[in-house]
Amino acid sequence: MDVQTWTFVIVAATFAIYIGIAIWSRAASTKDFYVAGESVSPLANGMATAADWMSAASFISMAGIISFAGYDGSVYLMGWTGGYVLLALLLAPYLRKFGQFTVPDFVGDRYDSQVARIVAVVCAVFVSFTYVAGQMRGVGVVFSRFLEVDIEIGVVIGMVIVLFYAVLGGMKGITYTQVAQYVILIFAFMVPAIFISILLTDNPVPQVGFGSILSKLDGLHEQLGFAPYTDGSKPMIDIFCITMALMVGTAGLPHVIIRFYTVPRVRDARISAGWALLFIAILYTTAPAVAAFARTNLIQTVNEAGYQAAAERPVPSWFRTWENTGLLAWVDKNADGRIQYRKGAPFAGKPQFLEVLGPLGQRTVSNAPTDNDNELYIDRDIMVLANPEIANLPAWIIALVAAGALAAALSTAAGLLLVVSTAISHDLLKRTLRPDITEKGELRAARLAAVAAVLIAGYFGVRPPGFVAQVVAFAFGLAASSFFPAIILGIFSKRANRYGAVTGMIVGIVFTASYIAYFKFMGGTADQYWFGISPEGIGTLGMLLNFAVSLTIMQFTPPPPERIQTMVEMIRVPK
Amino acid sequence: MYWRTNVRYLLILLSIWFAVSYGAGILFREALDRIVLFGFPLGFWFAQQGSIYVFVVLIFVYVRLMNRLDAKHGVAED
Repeated sequence: MDVQTWTFVIVAATFAIYIGIAIWSRAASTKDFYVAGESVSPLANGMATAADWMSAASFISMAGIISFAGYDGSVYLMGWTGGYVLLALLLAPYLRKFGQFTVPDFVGDRYDSQVARIVAVVCAVFVSFTYVAGQMRGVGVVFSRFLEVDIEIGVVIGMVIVLFYAVLGGMKGITYTQVAQYVILIFAFMVPAIFISILLTDNPVPQVGFGSILSKLDGLHEQLGFAPYTDGSKPMIDIFCITMALMVGTAGLPHVIIRFYTVPRVRDARISAGWALLFIAILYTTAPAVAAFARTNLIQTVNEAGYQAAAERPVPSWFRTWENTGLLAWVDKNADGRIQYRKGAPFAGKPQFLEVLGPLGQRTVSNAPTDNDNELYIDRDIMVLANPEIANLPAWIIALVAAGALAAALSTAAGLLLVVSTAISHDLLKRTLRPDITEKGELRAARLAAVAAVLIAGYFGVRPPGFVAQVVAFAFGLAASSFFPAIILGIFSKRANRYGAVTGMIVGIVFTASYIAYFKFMGGTADQYWFGISPEGIGTLGMLLNFAVSLTIMQFTPPPPERIQTMVEMIRVPK
Repeated sequence: MYWRTNVRYLLILLSIWFAVSYGAGILFREALDRIVLFGFPLGFWFAQQGSIYVFVVLIFVYVRLMNRLDAKHGVAED
């Protein structure tokens, strides 16, 4: 069977599994719908959290980004794992003890304030929507690349699947589908990685094998004029702040936090954070190895290779496959028929392909070439998706990678959509506008909100507004500067009150959002960065500002009532 | 007592959390990179591998400590 047939078979099989699980785990009550009846085992919750957490970006893009950024890519590795330590130690057990359904529930009840609740709802919906649009897009891209259907049709297929199990099963359906999705995605990521590790280093463990190629890779980089792979180029303070913003942001993301409401007991919440990080770490320690392998392999096989098949050392065949998808482009600047890969962009912007082919049969672009020596444009996403081809793996593994990427995107999208629908049916309707709504009515509202959320997310997936891609990376900074301090203070300080929390959240998120907006949309330039901190890292300052403002204001305003202080004492002990 | 011990555990574990990632992986990376083990410059290894392993261990250690603390103070759940 060829790759496409295999992909159809495997993707269809995985979708059948998801639908089967959805029918088996229908939600009967709001508790089922919001928190899976608080009956998920810690191990299953760990797996579901891992799938929830690892998005299309983790699966497809992260290794590619690290491959091109070298040491600088470490911010994602530490940032997206270290947050789980904060979650396990500072948030999960206490929020589980508190035992409501959502993050705004906690903020609203702890600070005894509808304003705080509404601020939290707005932050949660905003963060989740920016994130989910990227996932739907990811689904569309995978479909178009592996099954040759339009991106739009791909998005619609993804929507129907998510709609089915999210609306029918709520958190219960999502949780058990995510367990299956984790198994599929980790298998799909590890198999090619292990094969490539054996191919390049004779060691089947990528995490160990990749040490043996680092000095060679640094040497190759030096030869071609790149900064050494193991030595980054960003300033230390920026690396520090980006890592911090990602860690704290991870711990403040609503779709991750609500997973810890789904287990029966406080001790289960603690241990399931451990399982989640263990399952995540399997992918996150492999990704940097894949990055280094892919980088080495790319430079060795492509640089100075002849484009024509008859050349003395021709480019590998995957080069043409990916050239045809438009994710790779070559401009023969010195007309020697060979590919020179050097530092710098080969031409301005993304490639705009022309209909005519070049003298050697290569695709040509209309972009104006730059005056450096680099002739090669490569989209970072290729690194993971092309891995199986680079390693000459059988067709069914290539198909498996497609199914894995879909599992990663769908699981994250479903988790986020649940946050949006819960925010509307529970936080807004039940807790604010219509407290007298019946259980049945609330469940119906939750399902309707989920349908609406899927439709809006799908629309963004088909027609992505330009700002989405720009904003997704900043969702972490926004979460870090808004929720995190309010929740931490709410648990660790009995003195923390609504005045401090609300002002802190608003100051934090407005500060962070304005800094990002100034540099991303209003023409700010890198030399204007405060202390050299880029917009990606500014959430760290926003968070510190939030803490400072909250702590100062609560000194000058009355402490929370007795009732709230008793509640804080209650959430600090498991029983 | 229960809460004070809990907070003490947190401070100790979070110091380790900070030391392996921000310390070894960022602030002191250049000094550590001069040591090379199994082909890895040590600072780079902490940034891309070591810190993640330590994070996982930290959570499981915390779980054990807290389960014991819960039992000692009679607040463990059934």
